[in-house]
Amino acid sequence: MSTSDERQARPRGLTFLAKSQLLSQDDVARALRRMAHEIVERNHSLEGLSVIGLQKGGEPFARALTALLADIASDQTPLGLLDVSFYRDDLSLNPVPHSAMTSIDHDLTGRTVVLVDDVLFTGRTIRAALNALSDWGRPRSVQLAVMVDRGHRELPIRPDYVGKNLPTSLDEAIVATMEGVWIGTREPS
Amino acid sequence: MIDTIRGQNLLSLEGLSRTAILEVLDVAESFVEVNQRAIKKVPALKGRVVASLFFEESTRTRLSFETAAKRLSADVLSLAMASSSVKKGESLRDTIATIDALGIDAVVMRHQSSGAAVQVSRYVPHVRVINAGDGLHQHPTQGLLDVFTVRQVLALRHGTSGLESGAELFNGLHVLIVGDVRHSRVARSDIAAYVALGAQVRVAAPGTLLPEDIGSWPVEVADDFDEALDWADVVGLLRLQRERGTGSFVPSLGEFTTTFGLTMDRARRLRPTTLIMHPGPMNRGVEIDSRVADLPSALITRQVANGVPIRMSVLYLTMAGSGEGSGL
Amino acid sequence: MSTFVFRQGLLVGASSSYVGDLLVVDGVIAQLGKNVDAPAGAHEVDATDCWVGPAFVDLHTHLREPGREEAETIESGALAAAVGGYGAIMAMPNTEPALDNVALVAYVLERGARSVVDVMVAGAISQGRRGEMLAPLAEMAALGVRLFSDDGTGVQDASLMRRALTYAKPLGVRLAQHCEDESLAGGGSMHEGALSSRLGLVGRPSIAEELMVMRDIELARLTGGAVHFMHLSTARSVALVTVARDEGLAVSCEVAPHHFTLDESACATFDALFKVHPPLRPASDVAALRAALRSGAVDAVATDHAPHAAQLKDLPFDEAPPGMLGLEHAASLTYEALGAREADPTSFFRLLSRAPARIAQVRSSDPRVGHGAHGAALQVGEDANLVVFDPLERWTVRADDMHSRSTNTPYDGRELMGRVRSTLVRGRLVVDEGRLA
Repeated sequence: MSTSDERQARPRGLTFLAKSQLLSQDDVARALRRMAHEIVERNHSLEGLSVIGLQKGGEPFARALTALLADIASDQTPLGLLDVSFYRDDLSLNPVPHSAMTSIDHDLTGRTVVLVDDVLFTGRTIRAALNALSDWGRPRSVQLAVMVDRGHRELPIRPDYVGKNLPTSLDEAIVATMEGVWIGTREPS
Repeated sequence: MIDTIRGQNLLSLEGLSRTAILEVLDVAESFVEVNQRAIKKVPALKGRVVASLFFEESTRTRLSFETAAKRLSADVLSLAMASSSVKKGESLRDTIATIDALGIDAVVMRHQSSGAAVQVSRYVPHVRVINAGDGLHQHPTQGLLDVFTVRQVLALRHGTSGLESGAELFNGLHVLIVGDVRHSRVARSDIAAYVALGAQVRVAAPGTLLPEDIGSWPVEVADDFDEALDWADVVGLLRLQRERGTGSFVPSLGEFTTTFGLTMDRARRLRPTTLIMHPGPMNRGVEIDSRVADLPSALITRQVANGVPIRMSVLYLTMAGSGEGSGL
Repeated sequence: MSTFVFRQGLLVGASSSYVGDLLVVDGVIAQLGKNVDAPAGAHEVDATDCWVGPAFVDLHTHLREPGREEAETIESGALAAAVGGYGAIMAMPNTEPALDNVALVAYVLERGARSVVDVMVAGAISQGRRGEMLAPLAEMAALGVRLFSDDGTGVQDASLMRRALTYAKPLGVRLAQHCEDESLAGGGSMHEGALSSRLGLVGRPSIAEELMVMRDIELARLTGGAVHFMHLSTARSVALVTVARDEGLAVSCEVAPHHFTLDESACATFDALFKVHPPLRPASDVAALRAALRSGAVDAVATDHAPHAAQLKDLPFDEAPPGMLGLEHAASLTYEALGAREADPTSFFRLLSRAPARIAQVRSSDPRVGHGAHGAALQVGEDANLVVFDPLERWTVRADDMHSRSTNTPYDGRELMGRVRSTLVRGRLVVDEGRLA
């Protein structure tokens, strides 16, 4: 895993200890291609679509999806990056993540936004993202694409496009990158 | 060494590690972006209460802090004690207890006595205390925004970003601090920040405006001001603290300007890449010539602009990890 | 009960000690010996493993009456003193108003006569302690005042000090000086050095004290007057006085426990409990003062007991009044500084009792003032003002448990070695088993 992935995978004070690899790099690439097709099919075209990757884990997937969409539909979908740290409702509970920038250069009013993240878990990150998006206008609709859905939702949030459903237990941890998906645990470092 | 200000008070930059300072700068980069949006507000501190307690008046700094708090969606209690009926002799403990009874999460405090913020932090350990300037002691957010500004400008110049550069751009950077070091809390904070980040710091001032025991400080004393100006990559000018009695330490303002003022003459002889900084408010014509203040290499307005994102970063980090989450 | 027998304590004389019993009848030492037969009805005080010696004499106590009774009264200060093992205390004149005339001196003496220890008064040197005109030293001396001081500040004007020395000499009284040149130290709140410059606190340089010590040594030489140097805080100050004393000048000096226990680093937290004039000094000075206590270079330990209402110590550091409590822990701190287990009992009583009694001129009783003899040699026939000190007992200082009206002790929570067990003043057992009787 790259250094930036490592940093993202490791909340302050905890290190990820992989137990086994569940998806290979090829598996990930295949899943992304499938998801890209699903996006085009569901939306009938790419017109009015914006892809927004959630910092930091969602960024590589958002970039990959945007490139794949350009391949499929020969249209450049605008890509934005969103850091939701300032929109979280659990400021005191969650360690403040290392800095990540938000860059959304266009008004999202009337757009169909596809939010992209690496792992969907409790749903709180997505809720924060929905809050944040409203600061950039009023999207026509918001869809959610995630590489892994690991269950344990605490809010009524559901993904529209999933790379892989992976039921997990609460004491396990998942790391999803372009290089693969691993399951393991988080230990104090 | 303190490695992070998350969930801590910010009373002084002394004792903060390079990591701690970089964390504040890096998070501030995100807040620069927030300040460029149409809606310059994020809900990060929603429901939290920040009291701004200024015993010593400073409209600029107070507004900067209050703006920062509001842009984080915090509620602000603004108490300009300097103009209230509070006189000398009111115990800090009583004052802060009264405010605390209103239910506050953080207090931003400026006071004319060194150490006042430290004392207050002992009385309200459950409240985050942010020192906005205490007597001659420290002005942490000024030190932070000064190094942030330098990093920002140097990063632009080198075609990189502040985030990517970390502390690299400070490695061996020549920083010259000029003026009333003795009475300046900005100097103490600036020196702590620059040294922690790896810069080389020199000071230039008339002998009486250097503190006793300057030899124990992590700086060199410049023998020749003009030579030091040539050496410097960054020139940080300090305000003559007339209200703290600088007047009796130098024979006259005129003599100070002649010997240590950044006159137009001296400014012309600076290397083209040298940056000029001033924490404000400026005594135009004393420590800095009016025309020099308006040169492109003078970063004063940029410093002021960076005050809000830096203060947002400080409020965010110090208040994160304290208090309760607001649930759903 | 007016008969007491102290059993099997180390009876510490002026030059030698032995373990034995001491019998007191009607306020006078009646008998001393290895084993003494006590008359029936005598109150037995077990002094096994303890030191028995003359009750301590404090040359430097701030009783805040008149003017600041919320911080301390003559009565409460006397109680704190007794608990600390003191039989006599010298009340400083920086009350409000200052003790610069016979009416006020008489007032304090009269109230002191009703308290549990002997209260002596130090009169002001100058009117109102303003440092301009001499106060009526002769009139106050006629009331029994033997020590004069402008304490709180020193006499800044050299010519006034010279005049005071010249005037005081034939009166047989002593002038005591708070040595700090205000033009150098004024506005400062801690020792001037690397720490103060880092903390942004204006400092009080050592030279402010040392220059005034030098000045007054020369004025003593010039006039032949007697000068007692109060609360010296630097190694150099003590060295200067030692040389002058060796030259035969009538000079003496005292050191306060906080100056030989705490150093300037305590101020780094900006806690005004550690603010005092002269200020806490660097560790090197503290070490030098401790050595000077053991070597005899310092004549006496004096507490500079300075009670302040709690809210005043909550003020910003530079605004808070200087001063710390001292009476109740001076003996323990002196014992520790002398080396605790290695402490020499003779030095202990010299510093706390015998030398201060000589300097305050209370070695013999004074019916005018109503006080007895203090700092005795422990001989039959002497006034029995005694203290029993247990060098083995450990105790923890608790600000809320102080007998003083105020709580500004810098040692709250600190465990100390050695404790006063009993204090006998004017034939009354004021403190027994560590408590007020």
